Amino acid sequence: MSKITLKVNQKSHSHDVEPRTLLAHYLREQLSLTGTHIGCDTSSCGSCTVHMDGMAVKSCTILAVQADGSEITTIEGLAPNGQLHAVQQGFKECHGLQCGFCTTGMIMAAADLLERNPDPSEEDIRHGLEGNFCRCTGYHNIVRSVQWAAKSMSELVN
Amino acid sequence: MISYPFDYVRPESVEEALEHLGGDTKILAGGHSLLPTLKLRLSAPDKLVDIARIASLKKIKKDGDEIVIGGAVTHREIMDSEIIQKHLPVLSEGAAVIGDPMIRYKGTMGGSLAHADPSADWSAMVLAAGGEIVIQSKKGKRTVPATEFFTGFYSTALKDGDILIEIRFPVPEEGTKMTYQKFTQPASRFALVGCAAARLPDGSARVAFTGVADAPFRDKGVEEAVGDWSEATLEAAAQKAAEGQNINADHYASEEYRLHLAKVYCKRALLQLVN
Amino acid sequence: MSNKYIGQSVKRVEDKRFITGKGRYTDDIKLLGMTHASFVRSPYAHARVTSIDISAAESMPGVVAIFTGDDIKETGIVGVPTGWQVNFKNGDTMKEPPHPLLIATGSTAKHIGDPVAVVIAETYAQAVDAAEAVEVDWEDLEAVTDPFKATQEGATLVHDDSPGNLAFDWELGNPLDEVNAAIDASAHVTTLEFVNQRMVPNAIEPRSYIGHYDEVSDKYTLYTSTQNPHLIRLLMCAFVLGLPEHKVRVLGPDVGGGFGSKIFHYTEEALVTWASQQTKRPIKWTETRSEAFMLDAHGRDHVTKAEMGFDGEGNVKALRIKTYANLGAYLSTFGPAVPTYLHGTLLQGLYTTPKIHIDLCGVFTHTVAVDAYRGAGRPEATYLLERLMDLAALEMGKDPVELRKQNFIPAFDGVEQPGYQTQVALQYDSGNYHGVVDKAMKMLDYKKFREMQQEAAQNGKLLGVGFSTYIEACGIAPSAVVGSLGARAGLYESAQVRVQPTGKVSVYSGSHSHGQGHETTFAQIVADKFGIPMEDVDIVHGDSDAVAFGMGTYGSRSLAVGGSAIMKSIDKVLEKGAKIAAHKLECAADDLEFAEGKWTVKGTDKHIGFGDVALTAYVPHVYPEGLEPGLDFASFYDPANFTYPFGCHIAVVEVDKETGKVKLQRFIAVDDVGNVINPMIVDGQIHGGLAQGIGQALLEGAIYDDYGQLVNGSYMDYAMPRADDLPMFELDRQETPCPHNPLGVKGAGEAGTIGSTPAVVNAVIDALWSGGHKVKDIAMPLTGERVWRAMQSS
Repeated sequence: MSKITLKVNQKSHSHDVEPRTLLAHYLREQLSLTGTHIGCDTSSCGSCTVHMDGMAVKSCTILAVQADGSEITTIEGLAPNGQLHAVQQGFKECHGLQCGFCTTGMIMAAADLLERNPDPSEEDIRHGLEGNFCRCTGYHNIVRSVQWAAKSMSELVN
Repeated sequence: MISYPFDYVRPESVEEALEHLGGDTKILAGGHSLLPTLKLRLSAPDKLVDIARIASLKKIKKDGDEIVIGGAVTHREIMDSEIIQKHLPVLSEGAAVIGDPMIRYKGTMGGSLAHADPSADWSAMVLAAGGEIVIQSKKGKRTVPATEFFTGFYSTALKDGDILIEIRFPVPEEGTKMTYQKFTQPASRFALVGCAAARLPDGSARVAFTGVADAPFRDKGVEEAVGDWSEATLEAAAQKAAEGQNINADHYASEEYRLHLAKVYCKRALLQLVN
Repeated sequence: MSNKYIGQSVKRVEDKRFITGKGRYTDDIKLLGMTHASFVRSPYAHARVTSIDISAAESMPGVVAIFTGDDIKETGIVGVPTGWQVNFKNGDTMKEPPHPLLIATGSTAKHIGDPVAVVIAETYAQAVDAAEAVEVDWEDLEAVTDPFKATQEGATLVHDDSPGNLAFDWELGNPLDEVNAAIDASAHVTTLEFVNQRMVPNAIEPRSYIGHYDEVSDKYTLYTSTQNPHLIRLLMCAFVLGLPEHKVRVLGPDVGGGFGSKIFHYTEEALVTWASQQTKRPIKWTETRSEAFMLDAHGRDHVTKAEMGFDGEGNVKALRIKTYANLGAYLSTFGPAVPTYLHGTLLQGLYTTPKIHIDLCGVFTHTVAVDAYRGAGRPEATYLLERLMDLAALEMGKDPVELRKQNFIPAFDGVEQPGYQTQVALQYDSGNYHGVVDKAMKMLDYKKFREMQQEAAQNGKLLGVGFSTYIEACGIAPSAVVGSLGARAGLYESAQVRVQPTGKVSVYSGSHSHGQGHETTFAQIVADKFGIPMEDVDIVHGDSDAVAFGMGTYGSRSLAVGGSAIMKSIDKVLEKGAKIAAHKLECAADDLEFAEGKWTVKGTDKHIGFGDVALTAYVPHVYPEGLEPGLDFASFYDPANFTYPFGCHIAVVEVDKETGKVKLQRFIAVDDVGNVINPMIVDGQIHGGLAQGIGQALLEGAIYDDYGQLVNGSYMDYAMPRADDLPMFELDRQETPCPHNPLGVKGAGEAGTIGSTPAVVNAVIDALWSGGHKVKDIAMPLTGERVWRAMQSS
């Protein structure tokens, strides 16, 4: 067992974990943050995407011990206090989700994308989301959702 | 999916890390090559030595006439580095076609080279950029040219007790051009065939392939055939791509098609350098 | 009645929980004292279990129990059944070998991943560790994976009592000699031999189950990632475990996509339920993606020879089909129905073909079961027809669109004009096939495209356009009809509409939503019909204790069948409500009209609101004599016919001349799915369907090697469309109402998948012809190599 201390959604946690515990397992099992999903075992699908120290990462390919001392944001903490992040709102406005399973990872990836590129082209968005599978939407409305969010965020800034 | 149990240590320095090596130990950097194999239970190390936070391995710097990338520098850091963008833009552009954004934040150049997946992107670029791999063991440091680093299928010059600490590149002379062209494997997004090429001011070339054979390689046959860099010469040179190599085959590309792709991507890379 | 919601793109009610991470999928559920299961599986496609040794595993940390095939055999549990019986042409009964929950010693595993034992442990990691310590000795045997080869002399048998590996053979259509004669008399015959490759459904949520037996109440609860909780309960109780149905509750919480693969009753569902009774502990099992590739029923996998005969003017005269359909090692829930009654019956397409015959073999192989995958049989039929049409046009030097239109069934509304009786057992409900084509062609700008194509060809670029038209049979289905065709269950739907005393409405639906947005669409209907805000309507689904019964969601049936059941209950509520209203307003019920949430005495402003009537129903102080209190109605709706959506899809591609790599540039889809309740949701369904159909054309396909190993059983090897593989889709719609259900709806879940695949392949072939490569066919998926080889060889 190894002791880890980390901040998740602004709250500090300290636990003993087996070194083989994945960050995704830790978030889901230990912290009951089940919005982070596990859809594959090859780091391909992106359903487990969370933010670690301000970067979108695949929490199924990071050991909980590697996250010791980090700050993690999961979908549950993306927009505190019951508000919605622009990307979350965009997904609702543009029907960017159907079954919802890939959605949380997709939103976390998209939020990171807009953080770094506030005015992405359609191609930027498609390229930027290549690490996330969606089997329901054909990505059409996901692209529109991210475009909606980009516009909404830029209106907030201006 | 869960790995076999293992111990985990996170040393503060390379020297401390070296103390942990030995036995069935594996080095963990970004983990994006290692962890998937552990989860699928394809290997069962006793201990992981996490080098991702060792400060000396996290640097990108210009050291005289060399560019140095630390062994734990991530793809994304290379992509965003001003030093790299200024001196070796091919690496910055190449980083952008590795994996996906999440993988790029965590995966490292050092880890990728050490893992030596025959379809990994970095290997071709490092070869074409004239890179050297700096390896440290308890016995000291040694430097291996990239051309001697890749020794076969998932195998390198690294031995037990070694840590890949740096990748060093000569600062390209004014007028040097480099490019990386890739036919993407549609599922994994690795290189089905990747060709990195450099045109040096003296008219010579460095051409390297990944995805084509068991190990990445510099292609002397093509390099010697670029001649005057006219379009016709380059097209003929590209026809020599991967000559004498044992070409890989899988359900995405037979030997014949892969060789064909090597020629096409070689041509595209070379033509890219004359425009 | 004015519609405030119906026909509007109302934002989805369910989104809030999903975008905030508050969805509740089975794997998210933790029960007190819950244990975890991990299976020991066959590494071979065909191998005899010679011994199982659990002694080392038993003493591993955290192990609660280990069950093997021998334990199951002792209980007398035979296995999971299929839900459909298709007998041999000569009347012999379909071969239906048992599909055991675990393989016993002396028996054989019949596909990669077939389970031998299950380990139950305190933690997931402990279960996985111990499962690996179970020692199984195997005798590796020869395997067969190709459905055609499996039927040939000398092929190894999957089941000893199924000679030639046939589960059944089957035919449909006009007498074969008439079809043969029509083919022989044809001026031109277009022939294609091809494989419609095996698809892995790949819902992003892996299957997950929790079995929970409660000793005190002697009740079983199964949480399952299913598309139809009630059907799972029925199968498990009546056929697999023999449990008392009233003591079993099946819950389908949020489910992360299904696409067919979660319709079926899987062995692990029964196993965790049974084992929980043995261990008296809740047991969770969630498959890994590697298991999902090996175990979730695959789709398609047909080996086909198709011939289409034309007269000298290009009129289709005959269609003759021979197909070998892979059923896998065991018959899955709908396995036998898919290649037969969901495929053979669609071979009329949109055309007036007078003579059609299909001859089909349902074949066992050492592969995982093949069953319904989005479209289920209809994509295979459409692919066949639409490839033939495009190829015939090329061969005869005709325009592919004109050739289709020339052969279309003329428009009919199913009301003034009768439905269209096909040669293959169906009666189409209503259609206007020219309409969708004309719309799509306008969006394409055909003339301009051909000019661009010519110009591109002159510049050494290969551009191509491909067409596809389709019809599908959805909204399955009339119970009597499917019963006569071998279904072992009815295919109706139930719905209960409970108006609460305060006028709020709870709807209990037997349909199950796993992405389709029922909580929104159904609420739109109820709110409009009662003239109340949508917020006052709640849709309950996925719980066998709450919902009377249900046949679940698949075959684009939720709105056409489940929605119609809701409509029946709505009508009953309004009828009773009118009696209560009439009493309160002191008039006859006939004098009332209901609109905007109130009953009004015709010609006056005397009225009473929906909420007041609801309250009166539950506080019946002033109340019609003899009328029961309450305002709560259940209905079962059994449709009169299938519904028949149709459409026209057009793909535009560019082919890299040097590498064969295909880039999809445009995709146009004009679909007619009948009336539309929520256009936004319908568009979303089409988008997703298109991606899966395009995926089949360009990227996807399971590959088994000769040993029965799945070569590409991971996302590193099995390619699925990612965001940068697809363009923005260009959609439009035509609305031809379904004449036989109260909403006039047809169904939209599968349309995109059914129509898109052949359009893409046709476009690639067209591109190659534009460059002088007269290629007849390329096997899907159209990888760079396959397209390159096609160019090399022509």
